[in-house]
Amino acid sequence: MSHDSYNDAYIREILNTVKTVAMVGASPQNVRPSYFVFKYLAERGYDMIPINPGQVGKSLLGKPFVTSLQEITRPIDMVDIFRSAEHVMPIVDIILTLNPLPKVVWMQLGVRHDEAAAKLEAAGIKVVMNRCPKIEYGRLSSEIQWMGVNSRTLSSKRAPIPTQGMRLSLNRSSVGGGSTTAADRVAQLNNKDKNDTA
Amino acid sequence: MNDRIPGFGTLAVHAGAQPDPTTGARATPIYQTTSFVFNDADHAASLFGLQSFGNIYTRITNPTTAVLEERVAALEGGTAALAVASGHAAQLVVFQQLLQPGDEFIASRKLYGGSINQFSHAFKSFGWNVVWADPDDIPSFERAVTAKTKAIFIESIANPAGSITDIEAVAAVARKAGVPLIVDNTLATPYLIKPIDHGADIVVHSLTKFLGGHGNSLGGIIVDAGTFDWSKDNKYPVLSEPRPEYHGIKLQETFGNFAFAIACRVLGLRDLGPALSPFNAFLIQTGIETLPLRMQKHSDNAKAIAEWLSAHPKVAAVNYSGLSDNRYHTLARKYAPKGAGAVFTFSLKGGYDAGVSLVSNLKLFSHLANVGDTRSLVIHPASTTHSQLDDDAKTRSGAGPDVVRLSVGIEDKEDLIADLEQALNA
Repeated sequence: MSHDSYNDAYIREILNTVKTVAMVGASPQNVRPSYFVFKYLAERGYDMIPINPGQVGKSLLGKPFVTSLQEITRPIDMVDIFRSAEHVMPIVDIILTLNPLPKVVWMQLGVRHDEAAAKLEAAGIKVVMNRCPKIEYGRLSSEIQWMGVNSRTLSSKRAPIPTQGMRLSLNRSSVGGGSTTAADRVAQLNNKDKNDTA
Repeated sequence: MNDRIPGFGTLAVHAGAQPDPTTGARATPIYQTTSFVFNDADHAASLFGLQSFGNIYTRITNPTTAVLEERVAALEGGTAALAVASGHAAQLVVFQQLLQPGDEFIASRKLYGGSINQFSHAFKSFGWNVVWADPDDIPSFERAVTAKTKAIFIESIANPAGSITDIEAVAAVARKAGVPLIVDNTLATPYLIKPIDHGADIVVHSLTKFLGGHGNSLGGIIVDAGTFDWSKDNKYPVLSEPRPEYHGIKLQETFGNFAFAIACRVLGLRDLGPALSPFNAFLIQTGIETLPLRMQKHSDNAKAIAEWLSAHPKVAAVNYSGLSDNRYHTLARKYAPKGAGAVFTFSLKGGYDAGVSLVSNLKLFSHLANVGDTRSLVIHPASTTHSQLDDDAKTRSGAGPDVVRLSVGIEDKEDLIADLEQALNA
């Protein structure tokens, strides 16, 4: 599938079904995006596992850090990769040795690796790249609208009052896709430029 | 895609709004409060650190204003928006994110007089240097590009003469120069022209005009198209470098394709302070619900009046791009096929005195310094909105001494024509 843009149904289904999320590259520093994405997803009821070999022995918001994906003893629904593109392939190779395989591999905003994605998809794993699960969750639940962000969703139903640990409803009507037409167009052009120069 | 894409009218009514979580109120409540309580110290810290979505203080976010922001972002096809106290404040906040002292930006000569003043004088005192270019001569934009250029600024439909700018041609210059194109879309509104579809990276509005539409509330808005890569060559350190006031967060890295709107909010609005009142946000978003209906009527009325004036013996010339003999008509048909807007100028054979007499004899048209009201408005730009420009600049911007500007309202056009007729014959 194309990874230039995603329709909301694809992202919504992922965020609605995964429960256990292992984050590769989770940072204990509270100003790093990995920290606050971890925290946000934990607050929204996901079972979060932080992976960072440099932090083993410590914990992140009460969850002990682990060294690697192989160390995790329970099934992982989704791996969230918070590492830059050049570190992705070795992580993907480890993911493909897991049993059971995760259902989803998510690469963060700014991270895209088409070869790795193809390898994962060949094994039946869903892939999201260059997106942030916090932003997408906030968008589909409309929580992000407080920041003036175009959620690209509509609803005539009463909004929930979000509380700690609560999973929000993601069943708003979508306005035609995850990002805007213009932003998708530019992402597509930028990716084409990258491939042309590579 | 599986998802149905709603039309403009549906977005104008629904985007950004949903029944209130607490009361179920269907209309958006006016959250007329300065501040919002925190759940606990940790919640407060994560809000201040931009780690959680939520409200702290109305100078930064407000739930009523947020509805307006998402609605305009949706109508323009942008990723996010930030509403501020006025159109001038929108421009101030935009340029503060883009320019360092000593930098330059290129602006069209044909702009609202207030923008010409802001760029020429107030911005100069910050060390932000405007370089003018001629929208009727696209290569003049290209010639104005230097190593210090950080942005290009145009109006989609230019005030006061209603001329149409070739947005795609200027966008190509901006792309080549590696700088964002900023389009003031006030006179067109997204109903007539969507600049982002033609290559704009940032859209600004005076909400005071057609978007609010009723002449009752000041406001401005900044829309981020999500199309510009701020980190490409380190020209925009505000977006690409760690922010000391937010513990080293890099805005583009953290917020992706809506980072510019976030920068405008958490740096520009927070530190400069031109917040919009929630009450104004409520009035403006209520106005936007009828934008498609009003804008079509405004444009249809304007065309009828422009045609009638063209045939009047006392009228020397009518500058309305909706008329087939206008020099901007081809551009109007390309960019604004539904109508060429409601603001245009005309000149009288009797010159300055005839203009003054017309303005004073009109009974339905109001003589005032605004456009985009439901009511029809008239002004003599040379003695008012453009009076602080020198004579050359007045003529260049389309506000010569014999020129009268109309902003045609949504009254019945027969009544407006009758009013013009009695005033011309008085």
